[in-house]
Amino acid sequence: MKPSKHVFISGYGGYVPLYRVSDEDIARIWGVNPANTPIKEKAVVAPDEDVATMSVEAVKFALRRAEIDPRKIGAIFTGTESKPYAVKPTSTIIAEAIGTTPHILAVDMEFACRAGTTALQCIMGLVASGMIEYGVAVGADTSQGRPGDQLEYTTGCGAAAFIVGSDPYNSLAEIEASASYVTDTPDFWRREDEHYPRHAHRFTGAPAYFRHIVNASKLLFEETGLKPQDFKYAVFHQPNVKFPVRVAKRLGFTTEQIKPGLLSPIIGNAYAGSSPLGLVAVLDVAKPGDRIFLASFGSGAGSDAFSIKVTDGIERKRNLAPLLSKLIEKRKVIDYGLYVKFRKKLRLR
Amino acid sequence: MEKVYVIGVGMTKVGEHWEKSLRELFVEAGLKAMKDAGVERDDIEAVIVGNMSSGFMQGQEHLGPLMSTYLGLRGVAAAKVESACGSGGIAFHYAFLSIASGLYDCILVGGVEKMTDVATPDVLSALIMADDQEYVASTGITFAGLNALVYREYMKKYGVKQEDIALFSVHDHKYAKNNPYAQFPFEVTLEQVMSSPLVADPIRLLESSPISDGAAALILCNEKKARLLGKEILIEVAGSAVATDILSPYEREDLTTLFATRKAAEKAFKMAKVAPSDINVMEVHDAYSILGPMHLEDLGFAKKGEGIFLVKEGEIEKDGKIPTNMSGGLKARGHPVGATGIYQIAEIVLQLRGEAGENQVSNAEIGLAQSVGGVGSSVAVNILRRVR
Amino acid sequence: MVQSVPRVWREQKYKYRLIGTKCEKCGSIFYPPKKICLKCGSEKMEEVKLPEEGILENYTIIHYPTRDFTYNPPIVVGLIRLTNGVRILAQVVDIDPSEVKEGLQLRAVFRRLREQGEDGVIEYGLKFRPKEE
Repeated sequence: MKPSKHVFISGYGGYVPLYRVSDEDIARIWGVNPANTPIKEKAVVAPDEDVATMSVEAVKFALRRAEIDPRKIGAIFTGTESKPYAVKPTSTIIAEAIGTTPHILAVDMEFACRAGTTALQCIMGLVASGMIEYGVAVGADTSQGRPGDQLEYTTGCGAAAFIVGSDPYNSLAEIEASASYVTDTPDFWRREDEHYPRHAHRFTGAPAYFRHIVNASKLLFEETGLKPQDFKYAVFHQPNVKFPVRVAKRLGFTTEQIKPGLLSPIIGNAYAGSSPLGLVAVLDVAKPGDRIFLASFGSGAGSDAFSIKVTDGIERKRNLAPLLSKLIEKRKVIDYGLYVKFRKKLRLR
Repeated sequence: MEKVYVIGVGMTKVGEHWEKSLRELFVEAGLKAMKDAGVERDDIEAVIVGNMSSGFMQGQEHLGPLMSTYLGLRGVAAAKVESACGSGGIAFHYAFLSIASGLYDCILVGGVEKMTDVATPDVLSALIMADDQEYVASTGITFAGLNALVYREYMKKYGVKQEDIALFSVHDHKYAKNNPYAQFPFEVTLEQVMSSPLVADPIRLLESSPISDGAAALILCNEKKARLLGKEILIEVAGSAVATDILSPYEREDLTTLFATRKAAEKAFKMAKVAPSDINVMEVHDAYSILGPMHLEDLGFAKKGEGIFLVKEGEIEKDGKIPTNMSGGLKARGHPVGATGIYQIAEIVLQLRGEAGENQVSNAEIGLAQSVGGVGSSVAVNILRRVR
Repeated sequence: MVQSVPRVWREQKYKYRLIGTKCEKCGSIFYPPKKICLKCGSEKMEEVKLPEEGILENYTIIHYPTRDFTYNPPIVVGLIRLTNGVRILAQVVDIDPSEVKEGLQLRAVFRRLREQGEDGVIEYGLKFRPKEE
């Protein structure tokens, strides 16, 4: 999918909360060999944080970099599967917090870990069509890890936001093209009244993660005529470390290309924020002219692939807000007990 | 203006009264006061009730007719007066005005609070309603926390040590020992105070007034009524004033002084035609130890930052220059918030009558009671004088 | 406390974006917003957005919180002097209570202030955390 008008990222922002719990500590509680855990530690929200609060942080950083009056924003789409309200939009809370109401399109979107990039595609369309001047796409989650389950070792928290516009003079990167591959594949789901999601174990691999990312990526290569070698960086959805490393290799990307955007070892899987945060980390270091490949994956299932080219504005705009690394390195490790309290997994009644 | 006299006092013991309800406490104090005054039901023309939180804690409003009903009175003018923890002192001011205006001959004014009806976090939720619900309570601060900000600022500005400020609690307990109505009639040491748990840094538990139940009541009347009743000793309300300040203390210029205390004191002293040096005995509203020295300063007994010297040099002892909190103060007599202001006046009246027992200040003729709502957001200063 | 949606909704703009009021006559700025100037009594007040950064001037650490805040004590509440000189009261987060001291540079962060029960509305607002370098 190529937009009929050029669309640019004018601002970006990422937020990761302060607290971390280590896989070693989780393993200790559940009697698992710590050597068999997938990542080092994952990010944990404080009790007063949620998807709305993290998103506001990320969007405010993006606004600083976009250097625009918030009232120029015509749409805010938030992709998440862990909204503070199951019914009542998060996007309106963000809109009110940054001062863009009431002339604003706002809606929350759900497609597991792909929702943030799908929001980005929608915003691209609205901007390219001239329906709005600037739009915000957010990918954020504080997904719940079922106690003792495999996924508890990686379910992290984080938010990333991108402000998209069509003014080349107010840009730090151009989104050249996007391609999606979507099927009805139930690899991971959460029923209406359930607190924790369920997954289909090994089925989440080949028929889900790999099939969709590989196909979306190939589609993108076909449409754009680009090859892995044309990209300086590649960011993949990162539910752990093994999957993104393996899919990168399969597609022909190198370890150097994926390293800067691979955050899962130290913050875990931020679900709808996962690959978007990887993109934020890359934008924090990329140079003008660098091409970035991005492929998200959301269970259910689908993958969105993007080709993004960094423009001259990046060097100056990047420093208008804290780099993601600054937030990631400011960390406080808590034990499993505090983690469970912070994530409100304790029964109080 | 008519002269106003306090002819009767009644108090319940301050403490945890599980078996007594809000109304039972008030009626107990009210009947005691009526008996002490020698008045009958038919003499009472109005009932004024000081209380902070009956709505939130008991789900009960309309305390005027509630209390008059349970006192067996029908038809009297009655209403609740609310001014947070200063409800007692401020209610007294409006009771005083009722008679001073010439419209009423004899009325009952009392204060009551029943804090143990709810659990501590809910009591704390009630107390922070003394400040701004939307912008202050929502920060997670408590009433103790607001006072803690004052405490920290005071120590910094005047270079005063916490150990010296905490002496005020030790002082309170020393005198509560001899007060039959006190919640904590026993001494504490400075060491105990300084090693008690932190409530709101830097304020410690033994520097904080407790959660209390209690009621106190007074019978007020004019000259005509006092003569009719043949009273030998008359305690006149020589001065009564109320002042307010910006609700939230941090929005004022200086956290370390309570402008409302200064203003109310100035008005009350002027009305009574006395100066601080004429005061023989005093009750100040020390909800937290830091307020002790601060009130001494703002009431005109010491320069700013020097209140603790009055404590350290023994000037607030029974035989000092300005005996203060002979009842045990808010810390040790206790602080059933809406009632405290009335307790203070009852205690001053007993001093002026010579009925204060072990804690009696010799030749007490003029007494002052200071009642405070919020962190000095409303202050009542009432000055009483023995005239016969 | 009894639940109330309108009460929380009314304050959103002022709490989410730190909007105070400025006296058009004498220039005094107030937060919480006032409709009448405390300094000169003028009723001509305009809404202004306050800066979201400041310095910690005073603080306390709450160990016994009110009902709304019993989940995660101790709570640090500070008096923060914003960069435009206005002083506000706000919770200070993402810092160990033992590291809190006057002079800390802080910036505002959007957080949950309270919730009206587990199934009621969530009240959001700004707290402050140490500023990133």
